[in-house]
This record gives sequence, C-alpha cells and structure tokens, in this order.
Amino acid sequence: MNDDQPHLEENGQVEPPPAAGPHSTLSRIVGIGSSLRQALVVPALAVVTALLVGAVIIALTDLDTLPLWGTDPGEAFRLTMSGTGTAYKALFVGSVGSSRAISETLFAATPLILAGLAVAVGFQAGLFNIGVNGQMHIGGMAALWVGFSLTLPAFIHIPLAIAAAIMAGAIWAGIAGILKARTGAHEVITTIMLNFVALFLVDYLLKTSVFQAAGRNDPISEKVNVTAQFPTLVGDYRVNIGFFFSLLAVAFVWWLMYRSTIGFEFRAVGFNPSGGRYAGMNVAWVYLGVMAVSGALAGIAGTNPILGLEPYRGTSGFAGTIGFDAIALALLGRSHPVGVLFAGLLFGALRAGGREMQGVAGVPIDLVLVLQALIIVMIAAPRLVRAIYRIKTPDQDASTTISTGWGG
Amino acid sequence: MELALAGVTKQFPGVLANDDVNLTVSEGEIVALLGENGAGKTTLMNILYGLYRPTSGTVSIDGKPVEFHSPGDAIKAGIGMVHQHFMLVPVFTVAENVILGDEPAKRFGVIDRARAAKTVTEISRRYNLDVDPEAIIEDLPVGIQQRVEIIKVLEREARFVVFDEPTSVLTPTEVEGFFEIVNSLKADGKGIVFISHKLGEALEIADRIVIMRRGKTVAEVLPGEVDEAGLAELMVGRPVDLVVDKAEADPKDVVLTVDHLMVLDDRNRQVVNGVSFEVRSGEIVGIAGVQGNGQTELVEALTGLRTPIGGTVLLNGQDMTIATPRAMHKANVAHVPEDRQKSGLVLPFTVTENIVLNSYYERPLSRGVRMDWDAAHDQAVRLVDEYDVRTPGVDVLVSNLSGGNQQKVIVAREFDRDVALVIASQPTRGIDVGSIEYIHSRIVEERDLGAAVLIVSSELDEVMALSDRILVMYDGEIAGEFDGSATATEIGLAMLGSGDEVEAS
Ligand SMILES: Nc1ncnc2c1ncn2[C@@H]1O[C@H](COP(=O)(O)OP(=O)(O)OP(=O)(O)O)[C@@H](O)[C@H]1O
Ligand SMILES: [Mg+2]
Repeated sequence: MNDDQPHLEENGQVEPPPAAGPHSTLSRIVGIGSSLRQALVVPALAVVTALLVGAVIIALTDLDTLPLWGTDPGEAFRLTMSGTGTAYKALFVGSVGSSRAISETLFAATPLILAGLAVAVGFQAGLFNIGVNGQMHIGGMAALWVGFSLTLPAFIHIPLAIAAAIMAGAIWAGIAGILKARTGAHEVITTIMLNFVALFLVDYLLKTSVFQAAGRNDPISEKVNVTAQFPTLVGDYRVNIGFFFSLLAVAFVWWLMYRSTIGFEFRAVGFNPSGGRYAGMNVAWVYLGVMAVSGALAGIAGTNPILGLEPYRGTSGFAGTIGFDAIALALLGRSHPVGVLFAGLLFGALRAGGREMQGVAGVPIDLVLVLQALIIVMIAAPRLVRAIYRIKTPDQDASTTISTGWGG
Repeated sequence: MELALAGVTKQFPGVLANDDVNLTVSEGEIVALLGENGAGKTTLMNILYGLYRPTSGTVSIDGKPVEFHSPGDAIKAGIGMVHQHFMLVPVFTVAENVILGDEPAKRFGVIDRARAAKTVTEISRRYNLDVDPEAIIEDLPVGIQQRVEIIKVLEREARFVVFDEPTSVLTPTEVEGFFEIVNSLKADGKGIVFISHKLGEALEIADRIVIMRRGKTVAEVLPGEVDEAGLAELMVGRPVDLVVDKAEADPKDVVLTVDHLMVLDDRNRQVVNGVSFEVRSGEIVGIAGVQGNGQTELVEALTGLRTPIGGTVLLNGQDMTIATPRAMHKANVAHVPEDRQKSGLVLPFTVTENIVLNSYYERPLSRGVRMDWDAAHDQAVRLVDEYDVRTPGVDVLVSNLSGGNQQKVIVAREFDRDVALVIASQPTRGIDVGSIEYIHSRIVEERDLGAAVLIVSSELDEVMALSDRILVMYDGEIAGEFDGSATATEIGLAMLGSGDEVEAS
C-alpha cells in the first residue's frame, strides 16, 4: 500500500459513482451499462427515426396522391401530411387513446413480454434461442391439455395449467441445451429445427382423439374449461390476468439475473465462458439451465393464446410469430427485463394501434409490420442512429472495439 | 521532425487520466514512458493514436496542430501503434494481415497478393525482421507475431511508433531481438515511444526517460543519470525495495505431489511428458522455462482446467488428478491464471463482480441462491484498498481499469483466503515496481503462513527472486532442479535445454 493517496482514490472510494454496480438498485435496473440516459437514448431515437421513415413510406404507398406530385405538388403535400397525420393519430388513439385501447395494448403486450424475456435470458447468457416459437407452441399444448381435460377450482386449475406449460417449454428447450452441452451442437441450428418439429407436432396432436374437438375434422382442439380460462382484469376488456403474470415474470427474471447466484453464473458464462470455467462454474450445466429457464418463460408465453384468448382452443400455429417478434423485442430492450417490459408495451401498442390504423386510416396492417421492422433495423444499427443524430460514441465503446491488451 | 503533445488532459468519469501532459518525441529518438499502473500512459498513447479525443490540449507534428478523429487519421499523419494484444487474424498469412485494411488493389478490386508479399519481404529485409510472408499467423510464436505488427506499422509508412508494453509477453531472447529492431528503426529516423514496467529495459534502450504519475509527467531523466532504484523512486514517490527480502524457507509437510503427470495440449500433442515434483508447506517453488514448454498445460492440469492423460496429482494426500476447478477452490487452492483477460476476469463485469467471481457461492457472499451484494461490495472495497487497486470505485467495469490494476484485482481475489496452495502464472505481468514489491511480499507472507507456493514464470528474475527452489521445464520435462543459490547462467542454460542437468540439492 502506498502511503501517498492518489487523487483517483479520493475521487472514488469516498463516494462511488451513483448509478453503477450491485449496490444501487437503479443501476441494476439499467443493467450492464452505467448510465440510464445512455441506455435509453439510442432506442428512443431509433423509434422516432422509424416513425419518420414510416411516414415517408405511408406517403409513397398512397397511390391516389402519388400522381398529384407531378401536377400539383402543394396539394399533394397537403394530402400526404393529412394522410400520415390521420394514420399516426389512429395509431395513437388505437393504442392509448381510450381505456379500451389501453386494454388492447396490454393484452397484445402480454405474450410479447414473456417471449421477449425468454430470448433476453438467452442473450444475457450468450445463447441465441431462436426456438421460442416452438417452445411457446409446446408449452401452450401442455396448458391446453390441462385446461380441457381437467375440471378443478380456478385457483388450482390456472396455476396447474401454467406449471404444465413451464415444464413442457423447459423440456423442449432443454433438448437444445443438452445437445449443446453434450455435443457442442449450436443452439441456433437445433432450436430452429425444433421449431419445425414443434409446429408439425402441434398439427398432428390436434388431429388425435386426445385433443381434437368432437365432431371436427380440421386441427382444432376441445375448448378449455372455464376454470382454466384467464379471468379478465376489468369488465369485458380483453386484458386479463396473464398481463399480471408477465409483470411477475419481469420481476422474477430481474431477481434471477441480478440477485441470484444462478444469474451471476448465467451472465459470467455469457460474457466469458473460459472465465466462467476458471471460476469453477459448470459451463455445460449453465447452458442447460439457461435453455430451461428460457423455455419455461416461452412456455408461459404460450399459455396466452390458449387460456387467454377466444375461442380458448388450440389451432394450427396458434402462437403466430410472437416467438420471432420476441427476438427483436429483446434487442430493443437490450436484454434487460425492464427494457423488455417497455419494448413489449411498445410492440403491443403498435399492434393495437395498427388495427385502428387499418380500420380508420385505411393503412394496410402490413405497414405496421414495416414500422416494427424499421425500429428493429435502427436498433440493430446503433451506429447508424448515432451517426444520424451525431451522438458521440462514448469512450467506453472505443475501448471495447479496440483491444488494448495487458497494457490496459 | 517532431511530435509534440501539449497540455493534454483526459477526463474519464471519476478519473482524471491525463492532467496537462506535455511530451515531445523527435525523429530518431527513443523515449521511454514509465509510470505506475493507472498513471495514464496507455490513455496518453491512445489519444496520440486517435482512439480517444483529449478533453483539452493539442497534438502537433512539426509545430502544426493536428486533430485525429480515428486511428485512420493518426496513421495518415505517420503515427503507428503496436498494442500489447495483437490485432491479427490468426488464420490469415503474414502478408494478408499486413495489407488488411490497406489492400493494394489491382483493377476491379482484386487484391494484389504478389505485391503484398513483396512489400513484406522488402520491409522484413530492410529491418532484419526475418518474417516469412506466407506463414500463417497462428503457427508463429508471439515474438514473430509482434514483428508482423511492426511490419504493419511500417507498411503504412509510420514515422513515429508507439509500443505499449511490448516486452511483457516476450522471452528474454525475444526481447534482445526486439531491441535490435527498435534500434534499427531509430537508425532509420523513426521516433519511438516505448512503455514498459521493466526499468532495466528503459535504461538499456531509451535516449530519454519520461516518468508519469497520477496523470502528470513528473520527471524527465537521461539513462546515464539514474539507476533502477532511482527510477523506481521517481515513479512511486518513495524508495522501493527491488529485491525480495525473505527469511530462509522452513518447508514442512508435502502439500502438492505431482507424479509422472502427462498432459495433452489443445491440438492433442503431448506437451507435459511425465513431470514429477513436490511442493511443501512453507516453501516457494518456481518453475522457470521459455514459454511454450508445457508450463501452461501443466498449470491447467494442476488447477482442474485440463484433464491429464496419465500420472497423478495429490493435494495433502488426496487424489485431485481429475478434480474440477470448483473442487480445487474448495480445497483452498488459489490460482492466478496466465492470461488475465481470457480467463482471470469477466471484462464487462464490475470490480465487485470480479472480486467474487469464484467465491460467490460461499457465505457470506450468498445464502442458497440469494446473492448478498452488500457483503460483496464490502469485500471489494476492502480489497481495493488493501491491494491499492487504482479505480474510481468498486462499481466500475473492470475493463475500464488499467492493465496492471486488472491484474491486482485478480491477485487480491486469489490471496484473500486461507490458502493451502498458491499456483501463480506470471503473477506480476504488467504490474509496476511498487506493486510488484507488494505482491511479492504477499506471496512470501502466504509462504510464511504455511502455504505451499508454486510460481510459474518465463521471467527468470522473478522466479529467482522469489523461489526457494527452482525447477526448469524444457520440452515438457523437468530439465533441472536448482536451489536458491544457483546463478542465472546455470538456470538460463537449462531453460534452453543445453545445460547438463545440473542437479543441485
Ligand atoms: N475507457 C476508460 N473509461 C474510464 N476510465 C478509464 C478508461 N481507460 C482508462 N481509464 C482510467 O484511466 C487511468 C489511466 O489508465 P491507463 O490505462 O492510461 O494507465 P496506464 O498508465 O497505462 O497503466 P498500466 O501500467 O497499468 O497499463 C486509470 O485509472 C484507468 O482506470
Ligand atoms: Mg497501460
């Protein structure tokens, strides 16, 4: 220990910087980075940029006004402005403009948040789980079976159905985990393949006598008993108890990743597997554990289209593409549970508002998907956003792209 | 021709890394930059190389101020930098690596490989580098890889070259070769900045020595004016003990028994061929040897990171031949790994998280699966203070620490327990003299408290200074055993495999 204290230490040890480290809750919520503002600025600007570019696209695809640009540009401009204005107003009204709109946003966000968490847990541990879609279908099928084949009081029936989904999702994803741990098979390949297996398995199961609705020939299941259906939160609004579960999942994932030894291992191995091995962590077990947790979350996500959505039946491909949207969502949320929550709400709002946009402003629903895609592109290219808005790259980034070695 | 930094200040969040620094380098001059860990040497050079923008101050060439927005700008202005971690593509050839990012193109963007190879050969001949342009990088020893980095810099016609701790990964012979190269660059009129923690090297090669402390340049001396002790005092601000003072060893029970151990490397070649030795409680055994003679794999086998194919490892009489790293940790084995960034640290983690990296599963850091971050925080604060880790706080990412301070985080973590056995590879690589003194005294202290200590280092000085007994490893075997009184020449010969097995004590 040197007897003369350098100023560096005086700066630091008296009072560590406020927004960092395990000590301050705020920093843990923000996660990996150190500053909240820094973590939010780029995603927020990405959304704004996407909306602007979206406006241009809406204008360009408006076939009625397009010819006017040649003859009467002033009028064309006016029409375009009012057109996109109407479209974005509809987007706004449809997503947050009324209590029913908010309900629709939350309802759409529910499975997105859960599936986003599934992907995010994988990302944090350095695994790319593309199989959330398949895991959702398998989890959903397990919940479905418990839902229609048993009759129990709701307070047992619903948890039981969810537990079944958790188990099924975890096992399905665990296959990829075991393959990676045992043979080194890359999870991207195995989970993609398992998606196909899951989809066709669902189609097959829905036509077996176990699942198929009596008297039907198409792949559609029996209806879930009312005791297993998610009760709505307010009156006849569609938002249901599933949203509450998704919030619980956000809290749980946050605790798991930042407050438990398990999450510490997940993150350590995710950042540096050989460092994790050196520190005595069992890397193979960690991979298996990560996939199981990820699959469990995907399984819960898969209960929503079954237990929380009319007609409460399983159909072919019932979970849609939520499992894939979740990848973008996890990126947007920077793989942090709270980030995923907000990203899920945003995507939910785009879905709910998109329907309104289609209905009122006559903008095809495809354009809403284009908007989502634009946001993702902007997110995936932070340098692009930084360049557009001339945000200075923080020095920390420079030091991670250029290795400076032992010399520090 | 002159390169000048004037009034350069760099403020990082919570850290004033450079504080009004002035530095000049002339053509044909070698300037050695010395300073404690975290003094700001690398930061200053990164500013010079366009990686960081200074908070204030200017860089000028021949009196004309220049502004670098990226390394590309610096390269264009004639500044080159050889980083410690080489930025080479391992599967490419030397020539391909040299032209990467600056490809001589034929028409239609076809890369002119022939010309690339010719350039490499020319540069290699002119400076006596002896590098084959067609060799694949990953097959080359570290010393040659460094030369490839030098060729890269020369190919871009640098007039000023910065070397950040170039010698800490080189073997003593390679260091000599490196100095020859640096001298021929100097003869060719290049201005050189050379950063090192080895004071002897600075005295040997530099025309002028600049010393930094806490972000400022505090002294400038000529090599003739000072000796190592004088330099050390200028750096640290107090007299430094350059020799380890320790009492005679008092070896007790055998702690580690290695018997006919055989280990394969990653390419399944047998690189440890039946090694046997013992380490007793209360003694420090050093393993010397030129890097690449099986020491890395031996240590990995002893710490549970690699499964031996034959032989046994006993720890206090218990068979640990196929123990996991966790089992070794539970058996109170401390391990300072050879490559701190690859395995010793998780760089995107905070200092606290790295301090608890391998003990997080124990009380009081956790109960069941619940981490106790308050306990972890307290432990980190205590260790940062005890080991003089220069950081603005324990919640800072460890990647933002200077190289030597990163190493101190590892040493602090590993020594802060009741250890039965210490296995340390290159424990002081990249660490300044003041901290080396401290870490060496901690190692001796562990010995005196009854730990068995195994030091593995290619740094003969360090092995000789610390060890009570020295084993020399050559070609996967123990090629000689020496007691503390052996001379460097004897040991050096054995390291090259040409000593006639001097069996002492
Ligand atoms: N990107 C960064 N962000 C924040 N702080 C940094 C960053 N880079 C360096 N620092 C801090 O600046 C100070 C100077 O670091 P620098 O790497 O220049 O030291 P150094 O003299 O090269 O030390 P060493 O001999 O250990 O390599 C240190 O306190 C370090 O923690
Ligand atoms: Mg440095």
